[in-house]
Amino acid sequence: MTQNQTLFFHKFGITPTDLQRYLSEALSAGGDYADLYFEYVTSSLISVDESMIKSASQGISAGCGVRVLAGERTGYAYSDDLAPEKIMRAARTAALIARGPAKELVQGFSEKGAHQLYQVPSPSVDADIAVKVDLIMRADAAARACDPRIVQVRVSFTDELRQIMIVGSDGTFASDVQPLARFSATCIARAGENSARGTSGGGGRVGIEYFLNEKPPENFAREAARQAIIQLDAREAPAGEMEVVLGPGWPGVLLHEAIGHGLEADFNRKGTSAFTGMIGRRVASEKCTVVDNGTLPSRRGSINVDDEGSPTQETVLIEKGILKGYLSDKLSSRLMGMPDTGNGRRESYAHIPMPRMTNTYMLAGEDNPEDIIRSVNRGVFAANFGGGQVDITSGKFVFSASEAYLIENGKITAPLKNCTLVGNGPDALTKVSMVGNDLQLDEGVGTCGKDGQSVPVCVGIPTIKLDSMTVGGTAR
Amino acid sequence: MATWTEPSSSITTDLREIAEDVVARALRAGATSAEAIAREGSEFSVTVRMGEVETLKESGSRSLGVRAFIGRRAGSTYTSDFTQEGIERMLKGALDLARVTSEDPCAGIPEPSQLGSCPGDLKLYYEDVYSLAPEERIEYARRAEKAAFDFDPRIRNSEGGSFEAVDGRRVLANSHGFTGEYRRSYCSVVAVPIAQADDGAMQRDYWYSSARTLSKLDSPEEVGRIAAQRALRRLGARKIASTRVPLIFDPQMARSLLDQVFEAVSGDSIYRGASFLQGKLGEKIAGDNVTVIDDGTLPGGFGTSPFDDEGVPTQRTVVIEKGVLKSYLLNTYTARKLSLKTTGNASRSLAGSPAIGNGNFFLEKGGRSPRQIIAGVKQGLYVTEMLGHGGNLVTGDFSQGASGQWIENGEFAYPVEEITVAGNLKDMLNNIAEIGDDLEFRSSMAAPTLRIEGMTIAGE
Repeated sequence: MTQNQTLFFHKFGITPTDLQRYLSEALSAGGDYADLYFEYVTSSLISVDESMIKSASQGISAGCGVRVLAGERTGYAYSDDLAPEKIMRAARTAALIARGPAKELVQGFSEKGAHQLYQVPSPSVDADIAVKVDLIMRADAAARACDPRIVQVRVSFTDELRQIMIVGSDGTFASDVQPLARFSATCIARAGENSARGTSGGGGRVGIEYFLNEKPPENFAREAARQAIIQLDAREAPAGEMEVVLGPGWPGVLLHEAIGHGLEADFNRKGTSAFTGMIGRRVASEKCTVVDNGTLPSRRGSINVDDEGSPTQETVLIEKGILKGYLSDKLSSRLMGMPDTGNGRRESYAHIPMPRMTNTYMLAGEDNPEDIIRSVNRGVFAANFGGGQVDITSGKFVFSASEAYLIENGKITAPLKNCTLVGNGPDALTKVSMVGNDLQLDEGVGTCGKDGQSVPVCVGIPTIKLDSMTVGGTAR
Repeated sequence: MATWTEPSSSITTDLREIAEDVVARALRAGATSAEAIAREGSEFSVTVRMGEVETLKESGSRSLGVRAFIGRRAGSTYTSDFTQEGIERMLKGALDLARVTSEDPCAGIPEPSQLGSCPGDLKLYYEDVYSLAPEERIEYARRAEKAAFDFDPRIRNSEGGSFEAVDGRRVLANSHGFTGEYRRSYCSVVAVPIAQADDGAMQRDYWYSSARTLSKLDSPEEVGRIAAQRALRRLGARKIASTRVPLIFDPQMARSLLDQVFEAVSGDSIYRGASFLQGKLGEKIAGDNVTVIDDGTLPGGFGTSPFDDEGVPTQRTVVIEKGVLKSYLLNTYTARKLSLKTTGNASRSLAGSPAIGNGNFFLEKGGRSPRQIIAGVKQGLYVTEMLGHGGNLVTGDFSQGASGQWIENGEFAYPVEEITVAGNLKDMLNNIAEIGDDLEFRSSMAAPTLRIEGMTIAGE
């Protein structure tokens, strides 16, 4: 997309001259840098519950956020009205963070070549609603057909198309059109007095074709039903330290919580992360190499440019166990004198950007996943997770297994009720003794929250074995 | 910052007229009933870190949403575009969607007789939240952080002190002729200090005060001091061996347990069979000492409003009385599904079907002070933080990461971290051995200190 193709120029009549004027106003009291973030998002949701299409909604949200940086200070204001006087007013408000003579800006904008990571022929928000109805009804039928013990099924399909344009006082110009779609299925199974729940889902920066061809909705429905049925027979999880094997894919949320957040540059710039000052130190076993990569085609966490207009990239966080780098945005990059890794993201025009993850995963190793299970005498195999959380300062993290099994004498045996795993970020990965050759990324369901802002992310991991981890069950 | 000249609050639009117009136009366009919601608000926030302003944010926004019904089929849309064209597009979208959804016998807005508004002044809006000059607002944030630093030299870093002021107005109109509106103010002061031990290990904690009026906000000094104490007491935390001992949940953590109870009594969880409390109405589900109430009418409360998001007056609902489950919390749809009456707990965002929201939801206080409760514990854990999402409402299973203080012979012995606490909510509700007298609303949910028996700590 080029400058004159953006929606903001042709639909809202904004011109490059206007942009210069807004930026000048933003820097009218000094400041080191100012930028404007224009956003126009259309989104839709349709869901089936009790085999009825109960809810269908759609909406449009548009606005412009103005940011002014002055040293370590950030001034921010936004408008949900793109009329010139409203944007000027926001610029004037944000400008007040600085105190000094007006700053000159670079004249003219330049646009860098960007990735083309999600070339969707037609965005799914514009797809015929009847097609979406058919998809979710198919999923509902498939889940119910799995097993008579499935008593409740909920399926939803959400999508959005986010059009953004970012201009900066350093001449930055970037724009992007970001599709995002997600399918979710939840089943409840009942047998006598026992109830259990299973969930599944997937998607990414894809069009509706993805769900018609590559990932038919029946897949998600059957997976949710399978998990619910398995959980019916689950027993209490053990409590205490033991060997833990994580399955491939979504269990990569371990990396996201244990190390990812702690390596975001803002925490390290302020010295508030448990990883502060640890670059070059060993934080994982030498079998572990972990990257954050915003450039994978079609993935949920992928973006052509970040929300500050910088191109995304692959950033090595841990190489063979040694901590290599942080995830940075423009502010931290400037203040820390380190490269901007293109990780400046924000939830919307009403939010200040900050360093965030994109797609975060561990590279494949050489072990056969079956050998990994066979090597465990007594432990837990965690195949799937709900969410996780981390205390960035102390490094302590938790994540909750939604599908887990006991491993006894090298064999997977009984399913376990949802149990929580806890650990300490800077040393959890030092206990990784085996890494499988089966790297998988999650199906495209992750949403990460930080400081009240949500952004879509993706995680991935091969099967790995941790020699010791605390399992938070209730069994004696 | 002395040159600040912007008006402090800028609520101007005639939301009432707009909402009523949207409903009228929906009917003209073919809807058989409709409901519109219009919101306008402004926010101000400032964070001061290491004595310097770090972020300063100020803005206003407004938005509009509609639910349109064609018979028993519903469609909903929203927009921030208040132009005629924007509103037309929103309405057309809602009606188009209503044509593809299913005929659902329980769908629809409330009956006319159910609509209304709580009488009297609910004390939700105070102009003083926006009365401070910008410098003074920044001072609030600065003072909170400074108080934490001044409290102890081991407070060596900080994520800052902050002050926030929010002003929001909301109008709801529907095709039964109901129009209601209210305005709420909110302000808060927060401190997030970091304590560091000589070995370099860091611990962060926070404290805050929030209120609908500045006059009820705790002083920034008090907030900063308590935040510092909370961070300091975590220094030197250790892991402990797996064990079963009494757990004492401080009021913040007790509130987070109560949140699970709220989800479990929500009509949505009940009719879907997604709650361990489904079908238990009238049954004993908790100890005799447990009474839980939802009251959306408490003057000045964080969960107070004159009517819910469907225009039904809010009310006081006894949810659990002396251990017996007396009522679920319902909106119109879930009430119809369960053949019950709405409790005025509809909560909706701009688009989509209404969900269940709480009013002021609390567990009634007991007679013992927190000090007395702790003094009565020979060996146990005082839980001050929980991490994660390890609750399963379908089964009641509960397992979360935790940290806190180890209790030995009635006194705090040392801080504990990197453990989990686990049990089942069904058992936990029946094993509340003691309830504190320290019930205090810091948000729309509140619980006093609780002592719970029979849970498992997993550690080394």
